[in-house]
Amino acid sequence: MTTPALAIHNLSKEFDGAIAVNDISFTIEPGEIFGLLGPNGAGKSTTINMIGGVSRIGSGSIEIFGADNHKDYRTTRRMVGVMHQEIVIDNFFTIDQALRLHAGYYGVRDDEAWRLQLIDRLGLKPHLHKVMIKLSGGMKRRFMIAKALIHKPRLLILDEPTAGVDVELRHTLWDFVREINQQGTTILLTTHYLEEAEQMCDRLAIMNHGKVIALEPTETLLQELGTRTIIVHLQEPIAQVPDNLCCQATELDESGTTLQLTLSISQPTGDLLQQLCEIGLPIADIETRSAGLEEIFLQITKAGRVDA
Amino acid sequence: MNQQSDNSFNPWLPFYTLLRKEIRRFLRVASQTLVTPVITASLYLFIFGATLGERISVLEGFSYAQFVIPGLILMGVINNSFSNVASSLFMSRYLGSIVDLLVTPVTPTQFIMAYTLAAMLRGLAVGLVVWLISCLFATLPWAHPFAAIAIACLASFLFAQFGIIAAIHADNFDSLSMYTNFIILPLIYLGGVFYPISILPPLWARISHLNPLFYLIDSFRYAILGVGDLSFIVSFCTVTAMALGLFVWAAILIARSYRLRN
Repeated sequence: MTTPALAIHNLSKEFDGAIAVNDISFTIEPGEIFGLLGPNGAGKSTTINMIGGVSRIGSGSIEIFGADNHKDYRTTRRMVGVMHQEIVIDNFFTIDQALRLHAGYYGVRDDEAWRLQLIDRLGLKPHLHKVMIKLSGGMKRRFMIAKALIHKPRLLILDEPTAGVDVELRHTLWDFVREINQQGTTILLTTHYLEEAEQMCDRLAIMNHGKVIALEPTETLLQELGTRTIIVHLQEPIAQVPDNLCCQATELDESGTTLQLTLSISQPTGDLLQQLCEIGLPIADIETRSAGLEEIFLQITKAGRVDA
Repeated sequence: MNQQSDNSFNPWLPFYTLLRKEIRRFLRVASQTLVTPVITASLYLFIFGATLGERISVLEGFSYAQFVIPGLILMGVINNSFSNVASSLFMSRYLGSIVDLLVTPVTPTQFIMAYTLAAMLRGLAVGLVVWLISCLFATLPWAHPFAAIAIACLASFLFAQFGIIAAIHADNFDSLSMYTNFIILPLIYLGGVFYPISILPPLWARISHLNPLFYLIDSFRYAILGVGDLSFIVSFCTVTAMALGLFVWAAILIARSYRLRN
């Protein structure tokens, strides 16, 4: 059996009596891209801070590649790279100096080839000798990614890495994340861009009010909870929705000419279309729309589903 | 990316790196961290060495400049050791860049040692330059040079610990500056830098014995001039005990990550 890259057991954390993380448990396998999603205040960053060592563990335990994150912190911290949500920089140093220092903090000698590769891939070269205070917000974010990777971590944690960054950087970042993931780095990421999570992550955990309320492979989550909407435009108005249509929900607009039918992802559209033809509805046009992660996310967080 | 192997880990490299970073930090702003305190000390030397000092005599056999220089050297050591660690650590907390250290394998021992050594280096460097400039105004006998070095090192160590404690307890810049303005400065000025405690009225002389800076300044002056108000051993032991006490306090705060990790 492979040792998990990250194993969280019954992790909890309180701040002044308020529960931020409430008895969560999950594991991340080596080589996975794992998404941790949730609305603001769900407990994602607190969880990440406990994994990274910024916050003390309230109760429960965290293991990183089999090593205890509290007792054996010198081992676990070397294996983890964290890109924090807030921009954290030391204004005294240039990008180049800061990257060299960060490798040292992790107890590894500066690997010039790797440092230059990071600088090159993240487009930092033109700004290499500028002090941090003179960098734009986007450049600071790029630097923070380089900083998180400088010691070649086995588990990379990205806490909302694309918050407030332009499209170009977002694409650069995700291409790079996929590349390092293919080279063996496990990724744990949080993002508010659910489309990104849908495209990037192998598995997703959704947190709300400090609890993990859903934990599934991305595909399964989309299959189980995703819906498809069939919009039927009619040539003539109808007075009411036909009975016994094989779908989850139906809705007729005020004009009586647009019928909206909701199906689960697993339900074949063909059956419904056949049924509509048999009824003899005067169909002018048909549109289909699939609900993505965003709708699922809202559905789950509103319902407060607990099955993880 | 070839991930790091276990044997690529140098357990003391985090300490050397943090120490190097702290030294580079104060060298990068040397005009604030080294030049300004030296100019301040030089002004004191000019006032008390070349102008007023010629009209004042407080210790038989020594000029006022000779009397005041040990205190001014120590004042530079104390202020700069304190400021170095207090401002660096507080800024890291205030700006949030402390998380860059919290996520690394830096141990509490390495953390405290790196900040302390960098602070001592700056404090002792300022003290050395003040002494060199003081040579323009007076020649010191250096009665017990090794004792003087030991006291200067103890003073910088002690105030580096105090700097750590202040940086952790301070909530904002105002509360941090209160440590300098309302604790260190009055203790230095009332601790015998500019006058021997023996010339004070008995009550004030007794109160001065409660001032920890008095023991530092008096023992340092003894080590340089060969005369002091107190026995060197008593002062040395008192100063060592204070340094150890503050070290234990600072070490407990760092080991518990008090106000560093939430």
